[in-house]
Amino acid sequence: MSDPTISAAPPPVEVRDLTVAYQARPVLWDVDLVVPEGKLMAIVGPNGAGKSTLLKTALGLVPAAAGWVKIFGRPYAEQRHLVAYVPQRGSVDWDFPTNALDVVTMGRYGALGWLRRPGKREREVAMECLRQVGMADFAGRQISQLSGGQQQRVFLARALAQDARLYFMDEPFAGVDATTERAIVELLRGLRAEGKTVVAVHHDLQTVDHYFDEVALLNVRLVAAGPVADAFTHDNLHLTYGGRIGFLAGGPDHGPATSAAD
Amino acid sequence: MSSELVVIITGVLVGASCALVGCFLVLRRMALLGDAISHSVLLGIVGVFFFTGGRSALLMVLGAGAVGLLTVSLVELINRTGRVREDAAIGLVFPALFSLGVIFVSRFPSRVHLDVEHVLYGEIAYAPFYRFELFGLDLGYRSFWMLGIMAALDLLFVGLFYKELKLATFDPGLAAAIGFSPVVIHYGLMAAVSATTVVAFDSVGAILVVAMLIVPPSTAYLLTDRLTTMFALAVGTGAASAVGGYWLARSIDGSIAGAMATVAGLLFVAAFLLSPLHGLVARLLRLRHLRRVFARGLLLSHLEGHHGSADLATLRCRFLWNARTAAAVTRGAVRDGLVRETTSGAYTLTEQGRGAARDVAAG
Repeated sequence: MSDPTISAAPPPVEVRDLTVAYQARPVLWDVDLVVPEGKLMAIVGPNGAGKSTLLKTALGLVPAAAGWVKIFGRPYAEQRHLVAYVPQRGSVDWDFPTNALDVVTMGRYGALGWLRRPGKREREVAMECLRQVGMADFAGRQISQLSGGQQQRVFLARALAQDARLYFMDEPFAGVDATTERAIVELLRGLRAEGKTVVAVHHDLQTVDHYFDEVALLNVRLVAAGPVADAFTHDNLHLTYGGRIGFLAGGPDHGPATSAAD
Repeated sequence: MSSELVVIITGVLVGASCALVGCFLVLRRMALLGDAISHSVLLGIVGVFFFTGGRSALLMVLGAGAVGLLTVSLVELINRTGRVREDAAIGLVFPALFSLGVIFVSRFPSRVHLDVEHVLYGEIAYAPFYRFELFGLDLGYRSFWMLGIMAALDLLFVGLFYKELKLATFDPGLAAAIGFSPVVIHYGLMAAVSATTVVAFDSVGAILVVAMLIVPPSTAYLLTDRLTTMFALAVGTGAASAVGGYWLARSIDGSIAGAMATVAGLLFVAAFLLSPLHGLVARLLRLRHLRRVFARGLLLSHLEGHHGSADLATLRCRFLWNARTAAAVTRGAVRDGLVRETTSGAYTLTEQGRGAARDVAAG
């Protein structure tokens, strides 16, 4: 890795022959995917397509039945410090007795390691991250008192506090207000400007071409992946959504595919 | 030291150590698992009695800890098969292990020096009679040593791993992703619960341990939105339950352990009703306040709108208010100078009221 003559840097995420199953049911089947550095990639697909599972497998939260995922050329366990994770907002208990600043400070826990306690420096970093998502005024607010969009921004601030090179986000835009949506888009573009890579599970097909550079269409198998202009086509959307779930077949006809075809 | 004080201090130590580990049980929604562990450790205690015949505290804690972790892993094993949910799995495992323990107690009373009453209700009243001796030296009360060490260990555990426990409880996904295995943390906590339970068991018995594990933390959870404060309040409530329980038991001449649990329950009810944060009364008051604000907003915008004035009957008809609501809303608005009653009995906006109505309209 330290050899300077090796010019081709390993990609942020490389997925090979990945198969994941819950009990006997395959959720991901033989997926190959490379995420290029410095890009924003959306993962789209119908419910049950394995989008979240793909993120969780990359993060070592779900075991692979076959295949592997490498993060910057190495197994995830060796690269944790390079990766930040934004779980689905609904996956945690927002009645937990804590405030926004404390949740963001959790983003520094990985760098601290076992036993070391967060101190003044960690709280300052957390405060700065809250500021970046426009939530500085809510630092002391009990988290159950925040709106859904504000909670999502707290989660994003926590990912910023992880100070990573690669960001995995599970549905960051789900159920947020317009202000938060704008804040997230701005944040994603800021990350890209710094050369960071973002992989986000995304549901709103209408906004894929506005918000993202790359897209992966997933429905247990990988249907297509690549720059939005190439991969986000009507045919691919039909393959991803249309064949399997009939009532969703109307979806791709309204907007995204046509805008992608421009 | 008076035997009274010995019993009270023993109870306070039980309350404090149980509350420390109990807070995380409550926050992780695992109260039922705490209940299961507190019952099934009986098998561990009985096993140690049966095979060693002794009353070695260390062996007792280790035996009970092993059975506690066995309970947790059995529950997970059954749960993972898919057709049995976690609550049902808990309901399957702990009665099985507990009843095995009960059978041993009743079948081999000569080898297992426990009677059923002790198992169920503890024997805190006897705390003054057991001394801790080492190499023939009398070092003081046995319960102080055991519970004191346990409380210190619990404090150390929660203090050292506070950040890890907090993260794994709030967001196990992130905890796992950044390398704090939630499984390791989970089993660590369960080991602490098992050890605490078996030490407290001697004093308050299998049934009431769970009250000390769950009730004071639940009370604290109603009183604060800060985790550190929750710990302090839980320990305080646990200790207060012990002191109050002793006093109650003395005055009604009843079971000390039972009275302690009762006082813990009463403190919970008080917090449930009166907590300024999440109490029933505070919630109702907040709700009533919001209703009033809303009703006043309706009144002001109605008067500001197309009518200019309205009498009580119109208002009642328009907003489906009963006589009391209508009277209260108008009286309040008149008192605050927003609305004026005309000679004909109708209400119109004052200058101040017009300003307030515009604020309502602006949201």
